[in-house]
Amino acid sequence: MTAFFARFLRNRSAAVGVLLLLGVLLLAILAPILFPGDPFRLAGPTMEPPSPDFLFGTDTLGRDVAAAIAHGAVTSLMIGFVASLVAVLCGTVLGAVAGYFGGRIDDLLMRITEIFQTIPSFIFAILLVAILSPSVQSVVIAIAVVSWPPVARLVRGEFLSMKSREFVQAARTLGMSDGRIIFMQILPNCLSPIIVAGSLMVATAILLESGLAFLGLGDPNVMSWGFMIGAGRSVLRSAWWVCTFPGIAILLTVLAINLVGEGLNDALNPRLRERSA
Amino acid sequence: MKRLRYILRRAVQAIPVILAIVVMNFLLLQLAEGDAVDVLAGEAGSATPEYIAQLRERFGLDQPVYVQLFHYMTNILTFDLGYSFRQEMPVSELIMVRLGPTLLLMVTTLVIAVGFGVLLGILAARGLNTWRDNLISVFALISYATPLFWIGLMFVVVFSLKLDLLPASGMESIGAFYEGWDRVVDIARHLILPALTLSLFYLAAYTRLMRASILEQAGMDYVVTARAKGLTERAITYRHVLRNALLPVVTVAGVQMGGLLGGSVIVESVFGWPGLGLLAYDALFSRDLNLLLGIFFVSACLVVLVNLFIDILYTFLDPRIEVG
Repeated sequence: MTAFFARFLRNRSAAVGVLLLLGVLLLAILAPILFPGDPFRLAGPTMEPPSPDFLFGTDTLGRDVAAAIAHGAVTSLMIGFVASLVAVLCGTVLGAVAGYFGGRIDDLLMRITEIFQTIPSFIFAILLVAILSPSVQSVVIAIAVVSWPPVARLVRGEFLSMKSREFVQAARTLGMSDGRIIFMQILPNCLSPIIVAGSLMVATAILLESGLAFLGLGDPNVMSWGFMIGAGRSVLRSAWWVCTFPGIAILLTVLAINLVGEGLNDALNPRLRERSA
Repeated sequence: MKRLRYILRRAVQAIPVILAIVVMNFLLLQLAEGDAVDVLAGEAGSATPEYIAQLRERFGLDQPVYVQLFHYMTNILTFDLGYSFRQEMPVSELIMVRLGPTLLLMVTTLVIAVGFGVLLGILAARGLNTWRDNLISVFALISYATPLFWIGLMFVVVFSLKLDLLPASGMESIGAFYEGWDRVVDIARHLILPALTLSLFYLAAYTRLMRASILEQAGMDYVVTARAKGLTERAITYRHVLRNALLPVVTVAGVQMGGLLGGSVIVESVFGWPGLGLLAYDALFSRDLNLLLGIFFVSACLVVLVNLFIDILYTFLDPRIEVG
């Protein structure tokens, strides 16, 4: 484990990613302390430029942009993490079943996966949220529904290459049930690519969430970065700060998660250390 | 002849995908609260229960679900996508008008993304691990993490509001009534910012892909042969490696078509580009589900078509692919 962390942190960009991510996490945890009260609260005069009182200025209604960024961090991280978790769980189960059993089940599941990969995912997500009506729950569902297919394909590939290995044959000879072989024997052996895919997916999920919120499809009761940018775009000319700072927050968070994900990839797959892409 | 058979087979394979999308559309429509009659009745203000029941009967909404599904399918397959009660026009007509601008935006974006992506990828791969390579990698990393709508707005701030170089929204200058070349130039000026915004992410993707692809090819036997023949590195890269390294870029360009269409919703709504994406944005605001579903269906079909086209293109680009 320590060897893993050493290998992980020796990678300079991964270390930068971890630091950035810790910063965002800290901001999210401290949000209720640093900026107590409702982030939708009118904190001061409208469209106040950045000043010592309001670090990142205020928006058209006098909401504190800095408070919105801190509270938005909670939303983004939470939605990104939960949606990715749901997508990874679904994708893993479907991919495992398809890869392990093969035959008709595999054909059917892969066909469904292909269809989900063909349809334009962002438009699909928009439709789902619009139909389910905007809330944290429906945003999570929409992101998960459009994100699982790559995981399913990845896990299926791993299972295909593992299922005829000797340890699986041994388990079968011992009379182990299919379910136990899938979850207790094969799955632990292909966890590292799943972890890497899952961590990179959090970044995509946060981008998706911010896009939905920007279009006005976020939960109206929860502050988010995309919402702030959407609300500030009408005053772009006179109050650039309302849009600019939440966007930088998204950029840094997504960048951090990507760096961590790639660092994990390098540390977990030493064979691929010479990362070509 | 063999190729024609292959093309036909691929086309036939696309049919179940389209059918599945139609079914999905129908299910989504069922999932939504209320139906077209509720909308109409709401619009009319006071509607008696008898009148509502009568309307339901007329639209066939009192039929069992599978009958409705059958009607829905026959409708869609004859390209009758329903009626937009907000815009008071058939959905298919609304979509047809908007298809052109979106395709223009897509094609321009693809040209920018593939063109510069390939170029930057070559530069990075040829200067492996030099400052040039690192700079390009950092650029790609940042582009990956940038939300489209935000960079679009920042472009507007810098290039339209501060520097006043390019128009911030729309496709043509309103009230200018340019004709001929003036009009082309005008549209091109409006196109630059949205296309640049939309291409940024894909530019980064193709750069990394191209770099990886060239590095992979660099170890191949034919490269060693070319070098042994005494060809210069430049000639090897541009005449031999480039062609082979381009194949994965073509594949991925097809795969990302769906993402590109999704991105266009955001970019078009930021720049007021009058395409399908802006139509979707408007439909979202006026709660026009019929229209939204129609756009979803058409864009999904577009992706299927592009993928089919790429598959066919592939048989020309890579003769090793078995077409039989």
